[in-house]
Amino acid sequence: MKISMAAVALATALTAASAHANTLRWSFQGDIATLDPYAHTESFTANVLHHIYEPLVRRDRNLAIEPALALSWQVVEPNRWRFKLRPGVKFHNGNSFNADDVVASVTRLLDPAARARGNLATVVRAEKVDDMTVDFVLKGPYPLLLNDLTGIYMMDREWMQANNALKPGNITTGVTTHASTNANGTGPFRFESYAADAKLVMTANANWWDKKVEHNLTRIEFRPIKSDATRVAALLSGELDLIVPAPLKDLQRISGAAGLKVIEEPSLRVIFLGLNWRDALQVAPGQKNPLKDVRVRRALAHAIDLDAIQKRVMRGKSRNVGVMVAPPVPGYSQAIDKPYEFNPEMSKKLLAEAGLASGFKTRLSCPNDRYINDEQICIAIAAMWSRIGVTAELALESKTTYFPKVDKGETDIYMLGWATLPPMDGFSVLSALLATRKDGYGGNNPNGFSDPRIDDLTKRAAVELDEGKRRALLTEALKITHDDVVYLPLHQQPVAWGARANVDVVNFPDEYVRLWFAKVRN
Amino acid sequence: MLQVLLARLGQGVLVLLAVSAIAFAMFRYVGDPVQSMSREDATPQEKAELRAFLGLDQPVPVQYAKFLGRVLRADLGISYRNQRPVAELISQRLPATLELVIAATVISLLLGIPLGVYCALRPGGWLARLVQTISLIGISTPTFVTGIALILVFAVWLKWVPSFGRGDVVSLGGWTTGFLTASGLKSMLLPAITLSLFQLTLIMRLVRSEMIDVLSSDFIRFARARGLPAGRIHFTLALRNALMPVITVTGLQVGQLVAFAIVTETVFQWPGMGLLFIQAVGFSDIPVMAAYLLFVGGLFVLINTVVDLIYVLVDPRLRVRAS
Repeated sequence: MKISMAAVALATALTAASAHANTLRWSFQGDIATLDPYAHTESFTANVLHHIYEPLVRRDRNLAIEPALALSWQVVEPNRWRFKLRPGVKFHNGNSFNADDVVASVTRLLDPAARARGNLATVVRAEKVDDMTVDFVLKGPYPLLLNDLTGIYMMDREWMQANNALKPGNITTGVTTHASTNANGTGPFRFESYAADAKLVMTANANWWDKKVEHNLTRIEFRPIKSDATRVAALLSGELDLIVPAPLKDLQRISGAAGLKVIEEPSLRVIFLGLNWRDALQVAPGQKNPLKDVRVRRALAHAIDLDAIQKRVMRGKSRNVGVMVAPPVPGYSQAIDKPYEFNPEMSKKLLAEAGLASGFKTRLSCPNDRYINDEQICIAIAAMWSRIGVTAELALESKTTYFPKVDKGETDIYMLGWATLPPMDGFSVLSALLATRKDGYGGNNPNGFSDPRIDDLTKRAAVELDEGKRRALLTEALKITHDDVVYLPLHQQPVAWGARANVDVVNFPDEYVRLWFAKVRN
Repeated sequence: MLQVLLARLGQGVLVLLAVSAIAFAMFRYVGDPVQSMSREDATPQEKAELRAFLGLDQPVPVQYAKFLGRVLRADLGISYRNQRPVAELISQRLPATLELVIAATVISLLLGIPLGVYCALRPGGWLARLVQTISLIGISTPTFVTGIALILVFAVWLKWVPSFGRGDVVSLGGWTTGFLTASGLKSMLLPAITLSLFQLTLIMRLVRSEMIDVLSSDFIRFARARGLPAGRIHFTLALRNALMPVITVTGLQVGQLVAFAIVTETVFQWPGMGLLFIQAVGFSDIPVMAAYLLFVGGLFVLINTVVDLIYVLVDPRLRVRAS
């Protein structure tokens, strides 16, 4: 006991002395859920684990998909994709990476108890062809397999076998697994230690297969800090090198401090307002739902002063949008990214045409702890609408109670943010938000919106393997949402990080932190 | 004695039943775990399957009965978020919270008693008035404001102590302690002071008023008349008599501190049970919330029982009544 304690102390002292210059201390507002890549559905946990574990294909500096543990692939039949694996890749424990690992990983992920199995919903199984070749068998033609695979990390079959972790943990039977507190991947960093809510330590993997190493870090210390004020204070006091996210209200303070800087970029997450499409509004049962009239929806859009929200509420950091996806996302088109012009007079005219010259009453529901400045945005919008005679009763609450209400369709006008992650593709807007709620579609379309044109486009895009044609289908559907005001898009919210001036990190719009692109200058 | 103990035990079980029943009735309004556990674009079918898998599609009384059945088998379940046993999550974080509470209690006693005595002896002095005023601020400022202010001054400006975390800890069997390392002690300073402020003020004011009471009583007057030295009168005679209620209140306050620690732990990212609980609320992690509430309820029952037993031991009248 004593000896091991001394050894640990000595080891810590040594690493601290020899490597402190290239240690990156990084903080986020929450801790990872688990080290088990298949036991969660949180994008931040997946982000952190990406430093240790790797997928078959990954995102490059420009978020394009590039080979990682797979070297190449081809569609041999519409429902069978063949992947050639990268030779010479080793797991951190020294084991070689091969087809058996892929098959074992996919089998583990598709287990009914695996929390993340929905991330690979179209795959039936993986089949070994030879040591370095694997087939993925799909339910049918599916254009987004590579997008899905960027989030599926490969585990070592021998390691899982030795630690009795071939099956994922199971909440109902009480089975927990070695993999939730230990990790053995192929990635640029090796897992060293983890203390929940306190510290996750990773060290650089000297044997990483990617010889084009772009980072110069020797060690990453991940320190979650829940409280915004404390996280900023710890950056100011020099205890951290990188904080993600940096609260908007503190950006000036950080950029004004000596030796610190702010890195910001619009995120993929587009914030918009969703509408009730049923026969009556929740606040006015028995009366005709005014939101079903496109003139009313246009009136609401024309009454929102997006520039004022951008300048005052978002402090100039957001980007106003007219469409439901951000520019880097397939399906985006500049031609339809035109916000409705701010014109309250036009709004009043449209309302009068719709026979609602004296306005109407509705409810605006928003979370107050999910999106950047969500509460203030909604207060501003309610005030803007009141100027055209629309009384929007505000319902603000925590995300834990807000989203279940949205999901049950208990809202009239509600705020939602969508980043199209993990696939990073416009199809997720069609399948989850726009398609009619049935046959697995429309999971986030709880309020009865249904348009046969969009349903048709969704079904065609789902199986279209020609990328050009597929994108055209997505754009066509998004154009309908713009012209018919199916949703009211507001803005792309910003991603802002605070860092020490000598830390060079690349800020990605998908809000991922990829420290294999990070450099510390001495 | 045994009778008192058995009666207490029965009451304790009732209290825990009530706490857990109320908790289960309220979980529905805290949020929906299925929502937290699903991918953003999960299909309604996926969510329905998950709901059935977790047994959340059953009526609340059935869920509660199942929970009680598991607790009786000493099984607190598996966390929805971490998929780790809840008992393990709580026992990992218990040392952090208890050490923080111990440190806060020691600080509040070491400062509260002398300050209280001083204020009682010099009721009109400017220093006593200053201490009284500051104590009013201490009792009325919310914990997170004090915490952030301390972080700003001592961590950001002066850089004397870390602004968050527990520092290096040493593992002794199943217990992790920050008392044995320099960084552990330094890290404990700010959160312990923040957590102790309320109790410190309470103890100071209690000691002051008790001392003033005792000092005006007959036996002190007789002691003075006998010409005993002032130091002996104040500290040996008066303080000892004034301390009895202080001991009781301190004991009861330990339970309060564990509950108050939620805010302090969140501000200082102190990896204790309070932080675990607040995160569980954010995720609607029912097994963790239920276990935490049960634990805190049990702690209060335990402390009250111990205090009652001490009363019985100390006060002969209660012993007679009990038998």
